[in-house]
Amino acid sequence: MNELLNDETKKVLVEPLVENNPITLQVLGICSALAVTSQMSTSLIMALALTMVTAFSSAAIAAIRNHIPSSIRIIVQMTIIASLVIVVDQLLKAFAYDISKQLSVFVGLIITNCIVMGRAEAYAMKNPPLESFIDGIGNGLGYSVILIVVAFFREVFGSGKLLGFEVFHLTKDGGWYDPNGLMLLPPSAFFIIGLLIWVVREWKPKQREAIEFKIMSISHGEQGGHH
Amino acid sequence: MPKCEKLKQVSEKLEQYPQYRTFKAYCQKVLGLGNDSLEKTIAIAVALCLVCAVFVSFSAVALKPLQVSNKALDMKKNILDVAGLLKADTDIEKAFSEKIESKLVNLETGEYAEGDANAYDQRKAAKDPAQSIAITKEKDIAHIRLKAKVAKVYLVKEGGETKSIILPISGYGLWSTLYGFLSVEADGQTVQSINFYDQAETPGLGGEVVNPNWRALWKGKKIYAETEQASSEKGLIAEAGIGEPALSLIKGTVDNTKAGSQYQVDGLAGATLTSTGVTNLVRYWTSKEGFAPYLAKVRTVTGAKS
Repeated sequence: MNELLNDETKKVLVEPLVENNPITLQVLGICSALAVTSQMSTSLIMALALTMVTAFSSAAIAAIRNHIPSSIRIIVQMTIIASLVIVVDQLLKAFAYDISKQLSVFVGLIITNCIVMGRAEAYAMKNPPLESFIDGIGNGLGYSVILIVVAFFREVFGSGKLLGFEVFHLTKDGGWYDPNGLMLLPPSAFFIIGLLIWVVREWKPKQREAIEFKIMSISHGEQGGHH
Repeated sequence: MPKCEKLKQVSEKLEQYPQYRTFKAYCQKVLGLGNDSLEKTIAIAVALCLVCAVFVSFSAVALKPLQVSNKALDMKKNILDVAGLLKADTDIEKAFSEKIESKLVNLETGEYAEGDANAYDQRKAAKDPAQSIAITKEKDIAHIRLKAKVAKVYLVKEGGETKSIILPISGYGLWSTLYGFLSVEADGQTVQSINFYDQAETPGLGGEVVNPNWRALWKGKKIYAETEQASSEKGLIAEAGIGEPALSLIKGTVDNTKAGSQYQVDGLAGATLTSTGVTNLVRYWTSKEGFAPYLAKVRTVTGAKS
């Protein structure tokens, strides 16, 4: 175990959690983060499925990386990722039928998730299979962390439940909490992810992006002639 | 390691075939080529496709039996659920075979149709032009466009008698076509329960059609307006003193003291379009287009008065 956890593997496993999170820093994989996070159970299965697909596709691509012709590089990556996603979908249908019904089309859409392709292109094409596998796990976990946090807020405030169990007693059942309908709609995930990015960047100021341009205080006309 | 030994034996055996030797030599040659050569690009693409295709088809074929049985079991579970026979410890297969009888119904005449009810798939039949009919636009309030000529209903038996009838219903909500079952008592008029097993409405709003608390509100509601006088125009339905479908979802909560509350169910809060969709699909399937002729026949056979 010790030799497995050398500096490089530790780095690729832990860094994506906060330091280099695929959602909050790289802003990848937002689409599915909006779609599946209205409930905790679907988010957990989605997170697991994505982590598996990223890990195994990275490992498979890394294994043949020296023989991938650069002209069909992306197609090769897509073929491997798509095959894995179909297998994951089949497995869910066979062993977790109810969840697969709820996730419906979003399992298939893992194929287009930018995190999977992003890791294949950025890491697996240049590194050996084992490291790529762990990098995939790390990034999958980074995605999972954000998904779980978003789903937590959306399910608690949107339906007063957590994993299907009641936390807030709803007014319609004679309780005190009036659920926030916005939380159940995809746009609420935008707000939560936005706030999360803010929190993470306050905590780790290094992640703030350099300011690319500034509104000038002097209007353009008064500077005339200098350029 | 014995496994390695075996592999070696296999490869030694393969070596005897000249085709294998040529293949191996070709593989080595291709792998030695530059990554940008046309030949290697094509060879890698073909090899990758073959490997992925085998991988995907293997998983699909190997898992198929499990998926099919999952689907069938899920359907039986939903039917037992709407019949009110599903408890946490129910043996689904056993309860289904003992208490539920599948029957085919000709929607136009309302008579039972011949055929193997267990093998019939109404959803598939609705998409098959030979087995379905297009619904004209003004009649298509449930927005389903096509309906199967023959529907599959389930009779819940108890001691040889039909206790309730389970009708398949479907229609468009806000985002999705809702598929479900409506369970009606033997009088063909009183609702026992409703259950949507396939829908993709907004979770927490329209998706609340699956909420057990809301579904419980349907119990005891009446489908058809009960008329004092039977008018001969309306045919069979009217003869039994039963009028047009009247059941609907209303905004807010039903006031049980008011007249007509037996035809009303609470609408879903924050889901007006889904509620309208549910009203329309229930009305459609209980109308003359749907199961009204069949239910009228059921009433005359059982002799139940409205």
